[in-house]
Amino acid sequence: MSVMNMIQAINSAHRVAMERDPDMIVMGEDIGYFGGVFRATEGLQKTFGTNRVFDTPIAEGGIMAVAIGMAAYGLRPIAEMQFADYIFPAFDQILSEAGRMRYRTAGEWPLPIVVRSPYGGGIFGGQTHSQSPEAFFAHMPGIKTVIPSNPYDAKGLLIAAIEDNDPVIFFEPKRIYNGPFDGYYERPVTPWAKHPAAEVPEGHYTVPLGKAAVAREGEDVTILAYGTMVHVALATAEAEGIDAEVIDLRTIVPVDIAAIEASVKKTGRCVIFHEATRTAGFGAELSALVQERCFYHLEAPVQRVTGFDTPYPHSLEWAYFPGPVRLGLALRKAMED
Amino acid sequence: MTRKSERANRPALSLHVPEPDARPGDEADFSHIPIAAAGSAPRPDVAAAPADMRDLVYALVRVLDEEGKAVGPWDPKLDPDKLRRMLRDMMMVRVYDDRMYRAQRQGKTSFYMKSTGEEAVAVAAAHALDRDDMCFPTYRQQGLLVARDYPLHEMMCQVYSNRGDKLKGRQLPIMYSDRAHGFFSISGNLATQFPQAVGWAMASAIKGDSRIAAGWIGDGATAEGDFHNAVTFAGVYRAPVILNIVNNQWAISTFCGIAGAELTTFAARAVGYGIAGLRVDGNDALAVYAATRWAADRARANLGPTLIELFTYRVEGHSTSDDPTAYRPAGAGAKWPLGDPIERLRLHLVALGEWDDARHAALLDDLGKEVRAAQKEAEKLGTMGNDPGQAVASLFEDVFEEMPWHLKEQQAEAVAEAEAKRG
Repeated sequence: MSVMNMIQAINSAHRVAMERDPDMIVMGEDIGYFGGVFRATEGLQKTFGTNRVFDTPIAEGGIMAVAIGMAAYGLRPIAEMQFADYIFPAFDQILSEAGRMRYRTAGEWPLPIVVRSPYGGGIFGGQTHSQSPEAFFAHMPGIKTVIPSNPYDAKGLLIAAIEDNDPVIFFEPKRIYNGPFDGYYERPVTPWAKHPAAEVPEGHYTVPLGKAAVAREGEDVTILAYGTMVHVALATAEAEGIDAEVIDLRTIVPVDIAAIEASVKKTGRCVIFHEATRTAGFGAELSALVQERCFYHLEAPVQRVTGFDTPYPHSLEWAYFPGPVRLGLALRKAMED
Repeated sequence: MTRKSERANRPALSLHVPEPDARPGDEADFSHIPIAAAGSAPRPDVAAAPADMRDLVYALVRVLDEEGKAVGPWDPKLDPDKLRRMLRDMMMVRVYDDRMYRAQRQGKTSFYMKSTGEEAVAVAAAHALDRDDMCFPTYRQQGLLVARDYPLHEMMCQVYSNRGDKLKGRQLPIMYSDRAHGFFSISGNLATQFPQAVGWAMASAIKGDSRIAAGWIGDGATAEGDFHNAVTFAGVYRAPVILNIVNNQWAISTFCGIAGAELTTFAARAVGYGIAGLRVDGNDALAVYAATRWAADRARANLGPTLIELFTYRVEGHSTSDDPTAYRPAGAGAKWPLGDPIERLRLHLVALGEWDDARHAALLDDLGKEVRAAQKEAEKLGTMGNDPGQAVASLFEDVFEEMPWHLKEQQAEAVAEAEAKRG
């Protein structure tokens, strides 16, 4: 066991997987010699050589397409998209090609590709370094989407994603790379070292895709969250003195419907909490699922607490960011209804 | 903003929208297209630097002259058996195309695309490549499959989306895929396969393999960003890949000028990326063979990619859903100055004393029988719409390796719906 932050855990996942599988390669913008703008691939090129770890042109569509060609050959590529905001030039290759190749070739060409990308806000990145585009990918057949919330899960989920035989989008909430940000932005940053999930095995292990975790057990209301919002939810529950059950979804496709159903049927209340814009966000899907499956157990309307339907702002970041105050109001409302 | 009065001395700006030389009602006229004489293009050494061979992107590599003689430095000097096999494969593609086109008209499938006039592009390339080199085709390279002996029966089952279709009826007719024959799944989203071919070639280089990749793209689709991605990555990593642009002059109803052909050749794009480029007579099977072989030798020697423009003509409509007389003169294909690829190779074999009319007629007859026999077998497994085809439950297979809960639920819904329809 070592104490690791998210970056170190992700770096460790690369190393462990690359040592086990000589067909794994890593590519992306600035990820080679330099080790990535967030340092997630630091030292990998030195260890594994330029044949397996290399910089790419600034062309996300090209990165995704060559990853598909490599996977068709038989490699297992990891492609880093430097920011999730930059992923859109690769949209066609992900949606029309990667997500459908197993299907359209009736299983002859599965594509084991992981697309890693730092995502989400809270770092004053403005509208091109802050977005949470997970719903676009959740809407795509044939694509799995994973969003870890802590170092232990980040490493275990990333290794599971690498070993998965389908394309996986792996969004890393960059605000929690160095510590479990709870949304109280005026307070000093807490490092991961004090968090139990920073105890990370140095070797190989996996956290299964498609399985949620109960981040906090509670009786009164279920909060469905993932990524950074798990920590905001935990802090808000404490601050509000509400016995909330916080479900960390970890994978949004396939989502762990059993965990959601069990929790909402127990508490009878559900608040869905994500940073992405609200309209047609993944919360809309969660809300529909809860309504379809838990309607007769609900004691209050399902609520969504999200980012607003505006571009991600720069100066007004904390007015946009769904923090403890916004969630707290929703939790109180859920308890009153 | 400047007020108009302040720039009254300047001409009004106007937009140039390219137009083809002839439209329906006009006489098809290709006399403005300069056609270099066969044998006139020099053949650089396989190891030549791209900068030393730039003239070739504006030239036209041609081997077969008007009398059917193979002339000049690009003559691949193939033995008669190889020539006859190439002729046979090109003829087979045409016979197969005609048969499947008719099957579509008879309501046996939804869609078909012929490659009439472009048979040399795929067939000659397949013969110049090694059997285990990987092809990333677009939709008029069925000749690759024919040349690699992929069973006609399998192709027909795909076109019919019937019970025998190994792709389980999931792809539009002609969007074949077969791993064992090195033929990558065709996409309707054009150009996507071009950078994928580069990725495959990069992987082959990463693993120290000896196999190379080849991709095909149409003139129209070179306008896509994926074209730029492909050539950028291929050049940067010196990928062992052949990037073929099939310039058949038309993208559905849009002539190649809308993709930039008024400005320069498609092969000339190689110059900007600093890679080798060749402009080749796509209706000359020997030129296609020789250029492909040159590029393959180069790729195998770690000398990087080659961009090849295959100058040809789409003789028929884009697909069974297209009527080309709505936008270009009828019968334009017959006037194409580079002739018909099958006729040219036939003439060459006759000139060599290795072929004659009787053998040609007999071969054509044999190919017709072979195609009809395969069709009869394929139709036993159903045609589109006249057969239950695939089970409804199969709709949900192969989305993921393991079916997640939401697809299992939807599968049960779909099966229940199908049962309800049956009553």
